[in-house]
Amino acid sequence: MSHTIEPTMSDDFLLRGPARPGAAASRPWQFPTVERRTLGDGLSLLVAPAHALPLVSVLLVTDAGADADAPGAEGLAMLTARAMTEGTRQYDGAAFALAAEGLGTAIDASADWDGGYASFTALRKHVEPALGLFAELLTSPAFPEREVERLKAERLADIAHAEKEPRGLADEHFAASVYRDGSRFGRSAAGTRASVSALDADACRAYAASRWRRGGSTIIVVGDITGDQAERLIGAALRDFRGAAPSRVTVDDRRTASARRVVLVDRPGATQSELRVGHVGVPRTHPDYFPLVLGNAILGGLFNSRLNMNLRERNGFTYGAGSGFDWRRQAGPFVASAAVETGVTEPALRELLGELDRIRNDGVTADELSLAQSYLDGVFPLRYETSGAIADALAAMVTFGLPADWFTKYRERVRAVTVSDVQAAMQRHLDPAAWQIVVVGDAATIQPRVEAMALGPVAVVPGVLP
Amino acid sequence: MHIPIETYHLPNGLRVTLSEDHTAPIVAVNLWYRVGSANERAGRTGFAHLFEHMLFQGSANVGANEHFELVQRAGGTLNGSTWLDRTNYFETVPSHQLALALWLEADRMARLLPAMTQEKLDTQRSVVKNERLWSMDNQPYGTWWEKLPALAFPPSHPYHHSLIGSMEDLDAASLDDVAEFFRTWYTPDNAVLTIAGDFDPGEAKRLVEAYYGPIPRGRGQPALPSFDAPASFGPTPPREVVPDDVPAARVIVALRSPVFGSDGWYDAQLTAAVLGARRGSRLYRGLVRTRQIAVDVGAYTFDLSRGSDLLVVDITGAPGVSVETLEHAVHAQLDALQALGVDDAELARAQALVETDLIRALQSAGTRADRLSQFATYLGDPHRLNGEPERYRAVTTERVNAFAKARCGRDNRAVLAYVPRETSPQATAAEVSA
Repeated sequence: MSHTIEPTMSDDFLLRGPARPGAAASRPWQFPTVERRTLGDGLSLLVAPAHALPLVSVLLVTDAGADADAPGAEGLAMLTARAMTEGTRQYDGAAFALAAEGLGTAIDASADWDGGYASFTALRKHVEPALGLFAELLTSPAFPEREVERLKAERLADIAHAEKEPRGLADEHFAASVYRDGSRFGRSAAGTRASVSALDADACRAYAASRWRRGGSTIIVVGDITGDQAERLIGAALRDFRGAAPSRVTVDDRRTASARRVVLVDRPGATQSELRVGHVGVPRTHPDYFPLVLGNAILGGLFNSRLNMNLRERNGFTYGAGSGFDWRRQAGPFVASAAVETGVTEPALRELLGELDRIRNDGVTADELSLAQSYLDGVFPLRYETSGAIADALAAMVTFGLPADWFTKYRERVRAVTVSDVQAAMQRHLDPAAWQIVVVGDAATIQPRVEAMALGPVAVVPGVLP
Repeated sequence: MHIPIETYHLPNGLRVTLSEDHTAPIVAVNLWYRVGSANERAGRTGFAHLFEHMLFQGSANVGANEHFELVQRAGGTLNGSTWLDRTNYFETVPSHQLALALWLEADRMARLLPAMTQEKLDTQRSVVKNERLWSMDNQPYGTWWEKLPALAFPPSHPYHHSLIGSMEDLDAASLDDVAEFFRTWYTPDNAVLTIAGDFDPGEAKRLVEAYYGPIPRGRGQPALPSFDAPASFGPTPPREVVPDDVPAARVIVALRSPVFGSDGWYDAQLTAAVLGARRGSRLYRGLVRTRQIAVDVGAYTFDLSRGSDLLVVDITGAPGVSVETLEHAVHAQLDALQALGVDDAELARAQALVETDLIRALQSAGTRADRLSQFATYLGDPHRLNGEPERYRAVTTERVNAFAKARCGRDNRAVLAYVPRETSPQATAAEVSA
């Protein structure tokens, strides 16, 4: 199009404006120094002092993730973690919440695929009493039946919500389609209707006793505190947190045996189609981690990524398109995704698949790689402005068993990746013949068009969750 | 808590706030324009939000989407957002890239229009339509943030209409309409610039002068309709029930409340925390934990700055719980608050939570810059930020109780309720195929 607005400003300088500036000299930055200590009986302590503001974040990492859920008991790790704050020997759930909140904090417990976590961030002046409550949660959770049943009902309500929500439907159906039947990763980390309904307070109690243990756990303390202070306070508070390290559980993270196929999840009348394309990726500690992170940034990680520039900025099909590896101890999924207007489902899916082929077949340019490297290198200090973010980063280091120099070497390792490293990694780990394609949308409209694309067998399933 | 704050004006009206902190080599640049959906007129809605998209489509010296690329190549993060009262645009970059961030914002303030084309406008309209589908139409309860202001303010009021706008209005907009909106509102005298983090003040001032100094003032802005709104809705407060494809009932109550930054706004903030902040709040204890009729509760303010703010109480029901049960329970909670007030321990809990949240938020240079811009834009005084903890501490139970008495009555509760549709399209389809 040629029509351009005539500027109203006549000053030539204004029309042209000052020249684009260069960068000044950069200032060095180091990830906070981490002191490593042991508190006895297998409990480790990491302390990262940071004294800019009177805040302290405390985070316990333990091997109590959803990967350890037994078949039929999916959701137990998450339910147990959530229920740990709902009552202890001394406090009922409401009293526990009020005691922490009176100190201006909240003590939370949670689980993801790889770990169980208990945490709080408090003003320095409240850290000691907050640690008392934190220890109470770890050493004497009560799992009142009434509260556990309530949390189960809330999980069932979440499932009902996810069924009305295209993103939730897409993610769950995608996970189910990329793994083999029976894999823990094929079912929601928070559990299914059947598995959650079968859980109870006794199961939570037994799970906590067997996996929320001192041995193998790490406590991370970041903020306005010294290593000595942290060791003294934590050592005293967690005196009665006991138990030997639980054994590690292995998940079946192999890819489904099915070749490329389409699952069309029907949402009659849906105004958009949610697209998911991918398959099982690689474990977090895979040697191709850096080439994959950079390749993905170019493909669908950055705003100016190929997927977003194509589907959003060139075609206007979507509010946003992207891709990512879900990094877990074992292989999580790789997925490319977008929500597109129903009427453009077919061209949008074609463009999305085309970008996946293109990066695999043709690789990336030196310019694209330098953008992704500059971004990941430059943004590194920005990621660690808060005590909570530093604690989370250290937790990932613990969970994945990353080396102690991980944060000091990160930027140079980003810089060391070459164009051919990226292409080799994309060819090794993206496999178009194995794409599992999930489309959540109005089947009546889109089924014939998706079938005409001849991407593989198309199964139409109702928009429900197990 | 003491954050260093320096503030000054350029002759063209741009208000500048500087806040140094050399903890890390990071600097945030944050620009607030005093233009939001409230500045739009009938038939021309959605423009403020559309500009949040168009401002990334390039300017005289910056290509389409190059803004993103330049900032990311510099190792920075960036975005923009739109609200009823303002739009903001912001970058956080390694401190040696300060000049780039300032230059990019200046280039689009001074020279956006030479780069604007029909094609870019058409593409971004399509992206915005998808944004609307994604965030509202194709999401359970997604229409609430369009319906609630429409319910709480009359049609003539600037806060009444949709923030994302009418898609018909966007379709009808010509390039000239859009350009005129830009010329009117995106001017240095209608903006606030904040720089927070690791920078040299002398150098920052030199850059600001070089990049923003030559940009001319705007030609003045048209008067907006009155923002005045009575302190309550009166004897028959508005109520709308929306049957929708949702899994459970949800009740959202809006109370007219004092505007951002006023003494009464702090009372409203703490009242909201007593009602809905975290699991020790009244609504969580009463409706989620004890009665188990709700699965999620919240209470917060919209932080509106003119005429009237809204205090919003938001309850998502447990599946199968009727909207009548939920609504009755919310009214009962608000009745009790109005009649009996709060006690010292509840207020102390709310104050402690708010204080920690404030300090936590200020760890980030981007948040510090945004808050300073907010105070500069709405109150003309960024120094207010350092007094925030004291303002919250100064609130007493008497003040909260007076607020509750005046504002939490039945006459001041607009109710928006979602109920699961009896016959959902899914059920219909099942019947047809059977």
